[in-house]
Amino acid sequence: MSDLTRLSAAEAAHALAAGSVTSVALTEAALGRIAAVDGEVAAFLHLDAEGALAQAAASDDRRAEGAPASELDGVPIAVKDVLATSGLPTTCGSKILQGWVPPYDATVVAKLKAAGLPILGKTNMDEFAMGSSTEHSAYGPTRNPWDLTRIPGGSGGGSAAAVASYEAPLAIGTDTGGSIRQPASVTGTVGMKPTYGGVSRYGLVAMANSLDQVGPVTRTVLDAALLHDVVGGHDPLDSTSIAQPWASMAQAAREGAGADLTGLRIGVIKELGGEGYQPGVQQAFAEACDLLVGAGAEIVEVSCPNFVHALATYYLIMPCEASSNLAKFDAMRYGLRVVPDGDPSAEDVMRATREAGFGAEVKRRIILGTYALSSGYYDAYYGQAQKVRTLIARDFEAAFGAADVLVSPTAPTTAFKLGEKLDDPLAMYLNDLATIPANLAGVPGLSLPSGLAAEDGLPAGFQILAPALADDRCYRVGAALEALLTREWGGPLLDRCPELSTALSPEGAR
Amino acid sequence: MPETPSPQPGSLSRDEVAHLSSLARIALSDDELDHFASELSVILDSVASISGVASDDTPPTSHALPLVNVFREDRVTASLTQDEALSGAPASEQGRFSVPRILGDEQ
Repeated sequence: MSDLTRLSAAEAAHALAAGSVTSVALTEAALGRIAAVDGEVAAFLHLDAEGALAQAAASDDRRAEGAPASELDGVPIAVKDVLATSGLPTTCGSKILQGWVPPYDATVVAKLKAAGLPILGKTNMDEFAMGSSTEHSAYGPTRNPWDLTRIPGGSGGGSAAAVASYEAPLAIGTDTGGSIRQPASVTGTVGMKPTYGGVSRYGLVAMANSLDQVGPVTRTVLDAALLHDVVGGHDPLDSTSIAQPWASMAQAAREGAGADLTGLRIGVIKELGGEGYQPGVQQAFAEACDLLVGAGAEIVEVSCPNFVHALATYYLIMPCEASSNLAKFDAMRYGLRVVPDGDPSAEDVMRATREAGFGAEVKRRIILGTYALSSGYYDAYYGQAQKVRTLIARDFEAAFGAADVLVSPTAPTTAFKLGEKLDDPLAMYLNDLATIPANLAGVPGLSLPSGLAAEDGLPAGFQILAPALADDRCYRVGAALEALLTREWGGPLLDRCPELSTALSPEGAR
Repeated sequence: MPETPSPQPGSLSRDEVAHLSSLARIALSDDELDHFASELSVILDSVASISGVASDDTPPTSHALPLVNVFREDRVTASLTQDEALSGAPASEQGRFSVPRILGDEQ
């Protein structure tokens, strides 16, 4: 078989089932690709070649016995470094957790292992998932495979860059304000934020626990759906987990591909476009909408007037919750401990440790949250923001009365240059303009490539939002649009990504 | 609960940042204090726009689906061993977390 790293997860699973490839071969190919290109891309913080190959060999044994653990048994995967992995370091991109090896698996990781997916390693991210570029990682930024001088998005830029550069067919991300969807948008890949409560958060190091959600990062809509089916579902260890059965996302994606869209009402959100959105991003979005209309869908314009308050609401709720969640990094039970000179008290040790262990963006958000939660300000800030969330949820409700799905560009711009927005927090926050409303209301959102922006030739994203629990609808419409676009382009968008130069290593020649 | 003061946009002083960082148990250098005071004021200024957007009778939202108290069955399940729980500790002694002295700080 030709280059195994180019196979989608669905294709790899098919080849595994047919016996034409082994999991060991797929895993070796992925590790070889990582050895060849990750010096430049820097998507991974830790690799576990030995563990992945052992899992792959076990998978091959299961397949040989005719007893695969799941459809994806044997397909390798990368995991964002914010999920606890027993025996494998989990740093969250922070110095405060450097070298920490969790004694337990996150539920999502346990599900991946139970389904037989070899875990290649842990991917880079903005520290504690705070950022839109991976530049806030304490271990250096990840680079966008489309242009190594540009950001891969964030916080899950490592996961997105890993799948975009064919280092892994699948990855896991987390999305608090857009950290799965915005990286997907700027790297020409697919990312899904499920309904809040749809995927367990147990073992996910929380940033803003009422917004965080785990989801798939892939190259195709079907691959995302297949992975969603593996990691989703009720978990008694997460008290916010939704206890009800879910439709098969993979089935929805398979039915959606090539389907007739007659009768589908697609709502274009008026507030998520126009000023602040790059012309080429808007153009690619509009052309994708035209393709949907060509396939029978009806476009309606919907207005969600409270979405203009979403960014401010988010930047109150998120720091408040982050400041509480990150209080656990106290230098006592795990992680870094910095002991100042003299006879320091526990509080002195905490102050010194948190000063040395946290980066600037984390400190900024903790202090902001501490302020907004302090006595006398709570009602004006956090309380008010939780009420505006209700207004945003009501906007969604009204819009879903007029349309089956809502759509927008995923991010206002294509990938910007590394360093360009690092010193301007507000400019960085604007990247999440279109993705934040879904987190505030808890509804699912999928991003898939809409095309290349005319002015810079870089990928842009198309966001599909559905009502809570209707995650399958995102996959149905996403797969339909992906099929239409792929036909239009004559192949996947990623085929147009420039070849990365491969390092001169023995594995690189594999 | 004290009366709610109206947020004063752009009013975070260097002393206030120092107080907040002390509450948050983060030591900050002089440079960081200067930097954060101006940056945080800009951010606060921009988020202040939501005050007055929602009426008093608007209920707050925190979950896509309203959940009530979630309980598990009262049953013994597997948990971390003592060694596992202490495996990441900066210091431990006799099966316990070892911490610096906790008394003596002015509160």
